[in-house]
Amino acid sequence: MKAFGYVRPRTVEEAAEAYAAHPGARYLAGGTNLVDLMKLGVESPAVLVDIGRLPLDTVEERPDGSLRVGATVRNSDLAAHPLVRDRYPVLSQALLAGASGQLRNAATTGGNLLQRTRCPYFQDLDKPCNKRVPGSGCAALAGVHRDHAVFGHSDRCIATHPSDMAVALAALDARVELYGTEGTRSIPVADFHRLPGEHPERDTEIRPGELITGVLLPAARAGVPSAYRKARDRASYAFALASVAVVLRVADGVVDQVGLAFGGLAHRPWRAHHAETALLGAAATPPAFEGAIDLELERAEPLRDNAFKVPLAHNLALDTLTRLAPAPSPV
Amino acid sequence: MTSDNRLGPHSEITLRVNGKPHTLLVDHRRVLLDLLREDLGLTGSKKGCDHGQCGACTVLADGRRVNSCLLLAVTLDGSEVTTIEGLSGDGEEPHPLQRAFLERDAFQCGYCTPGQICSAVGMLAEAAAGHPSHVTDPAEPSGRPVPLDRTEIRERLSGNLCRCGAYPRIVDAVEDVIR
Repeated sequence: MKAFGYVRPRTVEEAAEAYAAHPGARYLAGGTNLVDLMKLGVESPAVLVDIGRLPLDTVEERPDGSLRVGATVRNSDLAAHPLVRDRYPVLSQALLAGASGQLRNAATTGGNLLQRTRCPYFQDLDKPCNKRVPGSGCAALAGVHRDHAVFGHSDRCIATHPSDMAVALAALDARVELYGTEGTRSIPVADFHRLPGEHPERDTEIRPGELITGVLLPAARAGVPSAYRKARDRASYAFALASVAVVLRVADGVVDQVGLAFGGLAHRPWRAHHAETALLGAAATPPAFEGAIDLELERAEPLRDNAFKVPLAHNLALDTLTRLAPAPSPV
Repeated sequence: MTSDNRLGPHSEITLRVNGKPHTLLVDHRRVLLDLLREDLGLTGSKKGCDHGQCGACTVLADGRRVNSCLLLAVTLDGSEVTTIEGLSGDGEEPHPLQRAFLERDAFQCGYCTPGQICSAVGMLAEAAAGHPSHVTDPAEPSGRPVPLDRTEIRERLSGNLCRCGAYPRIVDAVEDVIR
């Protein structure tokens, strides 16, 4: 690891100033991904701006019923928060499906969104990787890519985003709140992560120096039945091969609100817009669910070794939608 | 501009480790695990993978279990750290989990054991504080202690690998302490 300076600002404003003042600075919160990448040599910041103690560690209900989650709320605290468990169970379940107890105690909300892909070639300095060194090539294209993308990949990069939390947030229509020298803005989580295209080195739409200050959960989705399902190579403590976040409200046997997003399939949480459009207003029955899921998944472009992800995602989504839908009333 | 501006390669920090205060000049690259082992001679915490994947380095920082291999020491200025050496307090009597591991023979080589025990201590506190896990029924009410069966214990300790495969007896030992 290369030597670096260390700054611990007291406020968000000081943090942004410190970042701007020091070329090669990186923000540090829980460090569960960044410190690991520094050990691997993937990251070598000149200065760490420690935002871990900023006053952004609370979950607050707003007058309109929405929830604001501070950027440094730990993953374990967010998953256990009564309002999150009661109103947004998909978010609590997604957080608890990720990492380990130790890591969730350190990892933060903002850091979870900004974590990097676990593509083994990204983490290996001896291999070409367009995300790590733009223009160097992609070793995963012809290499080991069973865990990689089936949607939205490019010939530059086929990596997936590893977060479970972000998949739930996408299905919930959550927004990311950002602070930068030009002020504060917020963008939907579903649009926060990018597809790789020509520039896989850019994971997200965040601008240089911008700081995630929080995540906003809309009141509109509070209390709507929701769930997260994840398939992985072992029963716990592994990244998703495929996962699904579902928010589903049914009235009189008809879907009147739906959020559906897949994890483990793309460079970002894959919001299933085609399936959602088909589901809205449709009968809440397994055949209708299946038709809608297929409408989304027929657009998948699996790689040589990961075609299994498509039926896996299909089955996860069908099962989760079916479980969330109220049982049909007896005739 | 900022409260703490340490642009050199090292900083002075104060830590309480197992109740004892230490003031140390640390290289910013120093992770807590290396500080414990190499600067303080507390070699109970083990280096397994050094990447947060095996749990052998698990300690309690401000009462919460964490992977000490991924925590930069400089970020912990002012924190209270408890390692396997400090679990028994005055050292007269082993911690109930340490005793249970001995009685159940919950290890073979023992390398992962300090991390397993520190993780179990943190995990029991989390469950008592009402923290759910991946296998907790979502219908369980918030805020109440979560009852721990073997499935819960296994899930909650999944961040601690044991290459000898002593898992069944580790779960036995944790169950003994819960009862």
